Amino acid sequence: MRDEWYGFEAGTWTNEIDVRDFIQHNYTPYEGDDKFLAGPTAATKQLWDQVMELNKQEKDAGGVLDADTSVVSTLTSHPAGYLNKELEKIVGFQTDKPFKRALQPVGGIKMSENALKEYGYEIDSKVKEIFTKYRKTHNQGVFDVYTPEMRKARHCGIITGLPDAYGRGRIIGDYRRIALYGIDRLIEEKEEVRAILCGSMSEEKIRDREELMEQIRALKAMIEMGNIYGCDLSRPAKTAQEAIQATYFGYLAAVKDQNGAAMSIGRISTFLDIYIERDLKNGVITEADAQELMDHFVMKLRLIKFMRTSEYNDLFSGDPNWVTESIGGMGVDGRTLVTKNSFRILHTLYNLGPAPEPNLTVLWSPRLPKEFKRFCAKVSIETSSIQYENDDLMRPDMGDDYGIACCVSCMRIGKDMQFFGARANLAKALLYAINGGMDEKKKEQVSPRFEPITGDYLEFDEVMMKYDQMLDWLAGLYVNTLNIIHYMHDKYCYEAAEMALHDYDVRRFFATGIAGLSVVADSLSAIKYAKVKVIRDEDGLAVDFETEGDFPKYGNNDDRVDLLAADLVKRFMNKIKQHKTYRNGVHSMSILTITSNVVYGKKTGSTPDGRKGGMPFAPGANPMHGRDTNGALASLESVAKLPYEYSRDGISNTFSIVPDALGKK
Amino acid sequence: MLGRIHSFESFGTVDGPGVRFVIFVQGCVMRCRYCHNPDTWDQSGGSEYESEAVLQEILKYRCYIEKGGVTITGGEPMMQLDFVLELFEKCHKQGLHTCMDTSGIAFDKSDPVFMAKIDRLMQVCDLFLLDIKHIDRKKHQELTGQSNERPLQFAKYLNHFHKPMWIRHVLVPGYTTDEDDLKRLRKFLDTLDSIERIEVLPYHRMGEVKYEKLGIPYVLKGVEPPTSEQIRQAEAILGCDRYGK
Repeated sequence: MRDEWYGFEAGTWTNEIDVRDFIQHNYTPYEGDDKFLAGPTAATKQLWDQVMELNKQEKDAGGVLDADTSVVSTLTSHPAGYLNKELEKIVGFQTDKPFKRALQPVGGIKMSENALKEYGYEIDSKVKEIFTKYRKTHNQGVFDVYTPEMRKARHCGIITGLPDAYGRGRIIGDYRRIALYGIDRLIEEKEEVRAILCGSMSEEKIRDREELMEQIRALKAMIEMGNIYGCDLSRPAKTAQEAIQATYFGYLAAVKDQNGAAMSIGRISTFLDIYIERDLKNGVITEADAQELMDHFVMKLRLIKFMRTSEYNDLFSGDPNWVTESIGGMGVDGRTLVTKNSFRILHTLYNLGPAPEPNLTVLWSPRLPKEFKRFCAKVSIETSSIQYENDDLMRPDMGDDYGIACCVSCMRIGKDMQFFGARANLAKALLYAINGGMDEKKKEQVSPRFEPITGDYLEFDEVMMKYDQMLDWLAGLYVNTLNIIHYMHDKYCYEAAEMALHDYDVRRFFATGIAGLSVVADSLSAIKYAKVKVIRDEDGLAVDFETEGDFPKYGNNDDRVDLLAADLVKRFMNKIKQHKTYRNGVHSMSILTITSNVVYGKKTGSTPDGRKGGMPFAPGANPMHGRDTNGALASLESVAKLPYEYSRDGISNTFSIVPDALGKK
Repeated sequence: MLGRIHSFESFGTVDGPGVRFVIFVQGCVMRCRYCHNPDTWDQSGGSEYESEAVLQEILKYRCYIEKGGVTITGGEPMMQLDFVLELFEKCHKQGLHTCMDTSGIAFDKSDPVFMAKIDRLMQVCDLFLLDIKHIDRKKHQELTGQSNERPLQFAKYLNHFHKPMWIRHVLVPGYTTDEDDLKRLRKFLDTLDSIERIEVLPYHRMGEVKYEKLGIPYVLKGVEPPTSEQIRQAEAILGCDRYGK
């Protein structure tokens, strides 16, 4: 055992990289209440006041306070930056000062240039020249290869939100490994794999060897980054403060390296509790110190910032980073994974005030300790800042050391990664089925010409037959487009820092997604149970619909329509599975347009459910707004009928309720 | 047996204990000026459901309402007593807690057939939410278009059977906020010992749009919801805190 591991129980983890095993041997489940929690220290308050002031300045400056225009972000590109060096227990910023956004052009130089321009900055001409003339970007790679059909599909929005001009994100490094093992050990491990990967050089092996070298280089850069702040990351952490710092540095490396759509942090709070417990037991820190460490850590996570264009912000309705932290859950051995630190991280919502980031996500099970459930309910009511995920649904497949990327995507930490695939617009696809593949808004033939529907009224069987054919075409086009995107992302924008914190034989998910589920379900229901008349324009294109009579609507726990929605999920996923994926990614699918539903709706014409052209879709798997008339449980039950086994990348439902409507005390 | 139903609410949290499946029946003879469900007045509106169909709807939520139950409200459920009896008997067979939210306006002591049914209701309804609109007979008539004789009689009847009841009183500034009236109401409540809870429900204007839609004049136009001070005062006079929460 290494000295830094004093007091820890040995296990497989001592000989192999196995953070889960370390947690299982050493964590202390906590079944008590929230009374032990400590308020903010004077230092925390002072730092947070400073942040609030900077927030104000940033807002007054139009959204960006400062941005780098000439230094391309790498792990070691900037000297140390601080809010107040004396007070900060956890240190490290993306650039040399807080609120200064980094320049990350590897995803696409145009994106960087435009983002800067929108906020009144000009990109350094030399940088622009380098990334135009000499160093190809991900974005350019993709557009070199896109077929005309793909370009059209993208332009019309039948596939949309694609990570072809921005970082795909969604990959979660196992940042805990740095704290537990120290980077020297992680490098050794990678070197060992490299030593085996010899012999005949297939394309795959060449790529693996190159990627491993990139990872080793990133690990070495992390040590250097630590040195800039006076921290030694080469060896394991000795204290709670070092453990939190090392974990944060791992994450910081990831965000210095990548401007990804979702940069989640994983499942760290229970892991860190082990270090905090050890320090508390040995009298190294008090509870107030422990809370201060977590407060300062969370403060840093709240200050992660990226330079993005307004177009990007429209797509995501704001500027989210999805710094998702997965909290609690149950272990496969039946013990809860809730620790005191699960409470502490939620308590930051009081010490620093409510905030959407980090995206604190409770892995929910009815078997969670009662006091923890009580605490969560209280925090939800008072801060509206907790996301919940169904642990019982995910655990059987993913074990008990998975984390959530973005809002619902689960992956085993350090063992799975994913190729984020945005989504296919199934509502638009329905209109394509009716119009033979002609886009209803742009009036371009996007799919090969199919036979359009010519009758005045829509017949369910005819629509389904044509819709099914259209989905066949769409699934193929969609998977192949993603294949190009991820090939290029790996080639030009490889996440070396994050992948360095994964096992070598990582499982890759090929994460497709769908938008417009409730629009399609209600449309099909209208066609089946009411009469839908087609209104065509002068070109004979169906541009609007008139519905006579009522029809069952998704969101009322009515099988007649809910099963149409469930069938659609299964149907499209089965079609996705027919296609070969890049690097043999495991096909998966999500229904989670939490914020992009507005933009997707804007691009989609009127639909047979009565939704007018341009109106927003419902978010994720939500029923359409105002159509669920039997109350919350009916609405949730409809969503719960969607088959998770065909949508393993997650199903999201946005649920808001005023606290008073939750009952009286 | 068919019931005339306005709508269902699968996640009722304020009409009785716990999470409740709430059935809004269609039809009411009261015309309370502050009523926020005027769309439930018309006795020929809504849709007809067999009690068995309603039960099946309820059972979809069984796992949620096991610690809560079923509440029937409206509209005035007492005007569809046969249906309520049949439904509640079925609910009891399923082990579900039952609750009726009523104004007691249909309570007719002089009708032996009706009273026989009410006696049966005592067997299958676990809790009554009794809405006393006003203690003063004249003001009650003015506020609701009906006398308060029957509601008060029904309260006494429930008390006689030691039936648990929650008394509710909607607080409308200028109509039901008079201190003396509230004291008189409290005096009446003193005669009832099966009260488990008293709730002051602050008047709100969320029903106003429904009146516009239905083309019914909204008499309370311009009346503000009560202030928190008015609510606190009414609760103090009615002694809400005497009852276990």
